[in-house]
Amino acid sequence: MIKALRTLWLPALAFTAFAAAAIAQTPAATIKVGEFASLTGKEAAFGQSSHKGTLLAIEELNARGGALGQQFELITEDNQSKQGESATIAKKLISRDKVIALLGEVASGRSLEAAPIAQNAKIPMVSPSSTNPKVTEMGSYIFRVCFIDPLQGRLLAKFAQNTLKAKRVALLTSVSSPYSVGLAKFFKEPFIAQGGEIVIEQRFSENDKDFKAQLTAIKPTKPDAIFVPGYYTEAALICKQARDLGLEIPIFGGDGWEAPQLIEIGGKAVEGTYYTTHYSPESTSPAVQKFVADFRAKFAGETPDAMAALGYDSAMVLADAIKRANTTEGPKVRDALAATKNYSGITGMITIDAKRNATKSAVVVTVKDGQFKFVETIAP
Amino acid sequence: MSEFLQQLLNGLSLGAIYALIALGYTMVYGVLRFINFAHSDVFMVGSFIGYYMGRLVPHETLWGGLVVLAVAMIGCAILGMTIERLAYRRLRGSPTLNVLITAIGVSLLLEYSGQIFFGAAPRNFPSIFPVRNFEVAGIIVGSNQLIVIAVSVVLMIVLQFIVYRTKIGTAMRAVSLNPKAATLMGVNNDVVISFTFGLGSALAAAGGILYALNYPSIDPLMGVMPGLKAFVAAILGGIGNIPGAALGGLILGTVETFVNGSQWSTYKDAIAFAILIIILLFRPAGLLGRFTVEKV
Repeated sequence: MIKALRTLWLPALAFTAFAAAAIAQTPAATIKVGEFASLTGKEAAFGQSSHKGTLLAIEELNARGGALGQQFELITEDNQSKQGESATIAKKLISRDKVIALLGEVASGRSLEAAPIAQNAKIPMVSPSSTNPKVTEMGSYIFRVCFIDPLQGRLLAKFAQNTLKAKRVALLTSVSSPYSVGLAKFFKEPFIAQGGEIVIEQRFSENDKDFKAQLTAIKPTKPDAIFVPGYYTEAALICKQARDLGLEIPIFGGDGWEAPQLIEIGGKAVEGTYYTTHYSPESTSPAVQKFVADFRAKFAGETPDAMAALGYDSAMVLADAIKRANTTEGPKVRDALAATKNYSGITGMITIDAKRNATKSAVVVTVKDGQFKFVETIAP
Repeated sequence: MSEFLQQLLNGLSLGAIYALIALGYTMVYGVLRFINFAHSDVFMVGSFIGYYMGRLVPHETLWGGLVVLAVAMIGCAILGMTIERLAYRRLRGSPTLNVLITAIGVSLLLEYSGQIFFGAAPRNFPSIFPVRNFEVAGIIVGSNQLIVIAVSVVLMIVLQFIVYRTKIGTAMRAVSLNPKAATLMGVNNDVVISFTFGLGSALAAAGGILYALNYPSIDPLMGVMPGLKAFVAAILGGIGNIPGAALGGLILGTVETFVNGSQWSTYKDAIAFAILIIILLFRPAGLLGRFTVEKV
């Protein structure tokens, strides 16, 4: 009991002005893990999936007896998919709720907001699915369990050249999202290095709904394919408007496309489009099948998507590190996280490299007859 | 050349929607001298009524589309009149600032109750009108674009007729000119103001349906940006002036589309708002607005 109290409020004493309040609180016999997520707003589909995965992981961990003789307690806060909210939430989770680690976010932009706060407080943060490289560059306490955009961009360039046989590609990038700008850059470099050509680069901003102007400018350049590194809402609308304008070429994107809304909004227009992602529920691995079955049982038959699998893995990797560290002290959990090697997660073998990123392969998925279909696995 | 024409068409269909929303801002301003910020959320409610109505009628039929359009317009007219009755009427005669703050409050109320009732995730708007794409002289003309332009033009002609050729329109203009004198002449101000809100909200609903037809992803916060643009369009054309709002909407939509298709697409909104500032520097009352000296 006393030990738990000390571990809880020692870091708090050093870093918050609310330390006095901590003494008055009764020591909690749980390991508090904070989660900041986009539960509402534009990326809510991602945030909800990821949150459900994390929730399932915490429940499973607790059913297996938790860690260090304590149960896990997940404290979730919603940032409404808004910029500027995550920093406030991270501060609140660390200083008021005294969490020992942070999990989040799906969007790189919002992980970047919370990362400096976790770093300053020496609280390890594990991002489930922020793929922009800058996220883990924010400091030694920031980790992730997904592949990063340089790797994803390189795999996408490989896919465009080998599978789509595309030589001339048009780019349509969202300039207000670090994810989109980053992925476009990391696609472009290897694609051009291997003899490909970017015929035109067009831009849009998050929340735009009208892309006809950009697509009209793309059309006369006659590309073989259009690369849209962006999120599903915009991607679906872009596909729809491209088909309306008579552009019948393949359109492809990254893991930001992964959501049922892509098909709901895009309808027939997204047929034959491709994207890379972290995992496919069609995989035959027993671990994946068990995860899919458990997830369906808990969430009314819903099939987990990649965000759910990553949300699950983020909590599991963190729990694994806490068990190996045998403490919840920030610096020790950090060291254990950094030493993660060949952890067998739902989204593949996870090894954390020197830059605190996960090294793993990607899968390509296409839309066929209104369903997501597994195409191939691209190894790094 | 064909790219230019294509962009022009894209721009006009976007501008027509801005114009429809801008008309609501301008009419309310003309009669009550305040900006109804909740207008952009009535626009959102209009597209959600369309979304639910769209399930009841057969898709891709002309009459089905028109029924959805009519129901959404009537629904929003009632909503607009209710908002006026409950929130704004009590404040009549109090400082404009109070009404303005109330309008922002109503706007937030609609947005966030929308998130509770409709959910925050974007939804797919059904294609209620028949969808065809024609190719004319190298440019692709979508049936939705034609519907947007046609419906907008028809509604604007009807509006012009109501305002200048009917008794209630004359009453609206009278209240706009001088509310006290209008009362003395036997005009029932409450009825006129209520009617103005209903009419403006119906146009917003039409705008919402047309917007959702072209950009079929709707969510409770969808009204914010188009509402802001339409507000700019109304000021651009001269707030309080009906043809001005239509002109402002078309200019804004076209400029935005051309900038979007160019290398400077990142500066789309910056350029749109810079144009507003420049026009207001040279014509403080907007393009078609009349500058009036306030008499003391």
